[in-house]
Amino acid sequence: MIVGDSKPLEEILEMIKDRPKVLVLGCRGCVTVCNVGGEKEVGILATTLRIARKKAGLPPTIDERTLERQCDPEYVEELAEVAEGYDAIISIACGVGPQFVSERYPTVRVFPGINTTFIGGALEHGVWGERCQSCGNCLVHNFGGLCPIARCSKSLMNGPCGGSANKKCEISPEVDCVWHLIVEKMEKMGRLQELAQVWPVKNWSTSRDGGPRKRVREDLKQ
Amino acid sequence: MKSGSNLEKMLSAGHFAVTGELGPPRGNNAEEVRHKAKHLKGIVESVNITDNQTAVVRMASWAACKILIDEGLEPNLQMVARDRNRIALQSDLLGATALGIKNVLCLSGDHQRFGDHPEGKNVYDLDSLQLLDTFRKMRDEKTFLNGKELDGAPEIFLGAAENPFADPFDFRPIRMAKKIAAGANFIQTQCIYNMPKFREFVKRIVDMGLHEKCYLLAGVTPLKSVGMANYMAKFVPGMDVPDTFIKRLKGVDKKEQAAEGIKIAIEQIHELKEMKGVAGVHVMAIEWEHRAKEIIEGAGLLPRPQV
Ligand code: SF4
Ligand code: SF4
Repeated sequence: MIVGDSKPLEEILEMIKDRPKVLVLGCRGCVTVCNVGGEKEVGILATTLRIARKKAGLPPTIDERTLERQCDPEYVEELAEVAEGYDAIISIACGVGPQFVSERYPTVRVFPGINTTFIGGALEHGVWGERCQSCGNCLVHNFGGLCPIARCSKSLMNGPCGGSANKKCEISPEVDCVWHLIVEKMEKMGRLQELAQVWPVKNWSTSRDGGPRKRVREDLKQ
Repeated sequence: MKSGSNLEKMLSAGHFAVTGELGPPRGNNAEEVRHKAKHLKGIVESVNITDNQTAVVRMASWAACKILIDEGLEPNLQMVARDRNRIALQSDLLGATALGIKNVLCLSGDHQRFGDHPEGKNVYDLDSLQLLDTFRKMRDEKTFLNGKELDGAPEIFLGAAENPFADPFDFRPIRMAKKIAAGANFIQTQCIYNMPKFREFVKRIVDMGLHEKCYLLAGVTPLKSVGMANYMAKFVPGMDVPDTFIKRLKGVDKKEQAAEGIKIAIEQIHELKEMKGVAGVHVMAIEWEHRAKEIIEGAGLLPRPQV
């Protein structure tokens, strides 16, 4: 899923400071699963904003709404009747949300209420980790099912580097050295010999480096 | 001969080689480079010029190399994969070799998180092995990475680094073999303090026959003080400084610690000289270039043979 983090309250208050009528807009997709932008978080953020604005003597009108998905025009359309009545919409979906909403309602100011951080998964309750950088050419099966592009701090394809110590990455004792994990896993699988080959340079053109990407499925297009 | 550099000639003649290291200044102070270089002239085969080491911005490595050449020293250009993509790396190699640089050391580079611009974006288009492979290809096949022919191919003696003390230990010799397969003609190691562990590493290298495919230069860095030893032990990732050295430095008067550190370095070199599979030493007297001579002389390695 796409994982995000709430923006600091002060930053959001500053965004909407001169805007009397505000809508907090959630999404039932990834951000609901990672507890940052679903219906529950919409309620919490709206309440917090109301209290803070009331305290500051500002209009406390903060409405709440959660769409099925903000990355689908079909659902964004549901705001057609109301969107223009707001001075600000705070989207707490991933970065796609504020873009789709402002594209559809160009006269309304749309603000991002969360920081989209990475593509990852839940490691335990309340903890998420990065797993993929959407490089456009998945290779994880060659590395014991672990992604060196997203999880090695230097995206090394021939690691581990000289900074790997006690299974941790040189950048922080909080970060696992994925290359240590790759070596361990491949050894356990009896595949260590596969790591003895030099991995050739990667073709990054399928990644963001090739420019913004678009996927077209002719069979699905209408 | 790959490049006919002094370092390559010395190693292929079977002499125990000595290399040094010099960090360019944090400014364009060319005089500082000349000053440091003076201390290393005539006592080492070639001098590694670091490339924005620890991700702190410094004078470009290739430029400091050129200053060394003008001063009559042979540089070893370090290049990290952190800051440049394949376009810039290949271009810089062409420029560097056009200026007369003959030794190049390929590294991945320290992550910028600890440098002086931690908010920067890193590149890592290639890793250190892919960088070696690219430069080897430019030299041997006379083509760019994309297969297109070069108008003038670089002649270089290619190097890589290895840290025998990084984890996982058992994988290190395999990774060194990969570096050789990718094109490394010589390998310089991280500073060695844990000699028994290094001995084990070299034994594995020799068992694999890697010492016959590539020259291994063992890294030696004198400990200047207890403070430095403690810092290296605690804060430098992948550095292994046994307590015995820290105790030994603590055992002498503060004023004598530097001399004791030099004594330790000399003892280490004596030990390394006798180790099968070790072709030379890489003396990294960081910000201590003026003491390098004492160490090299003390280890009985002066005067340097002429080849
Ligand atoms: S190899 Fe690419 S697509 Fe696969 S997990 Fe890693 S970044 Fe994602
Ligand atoms: S320590 Fe491991 S994860 Fe960190 S940069 Fe080096 S190889 Fe990558």
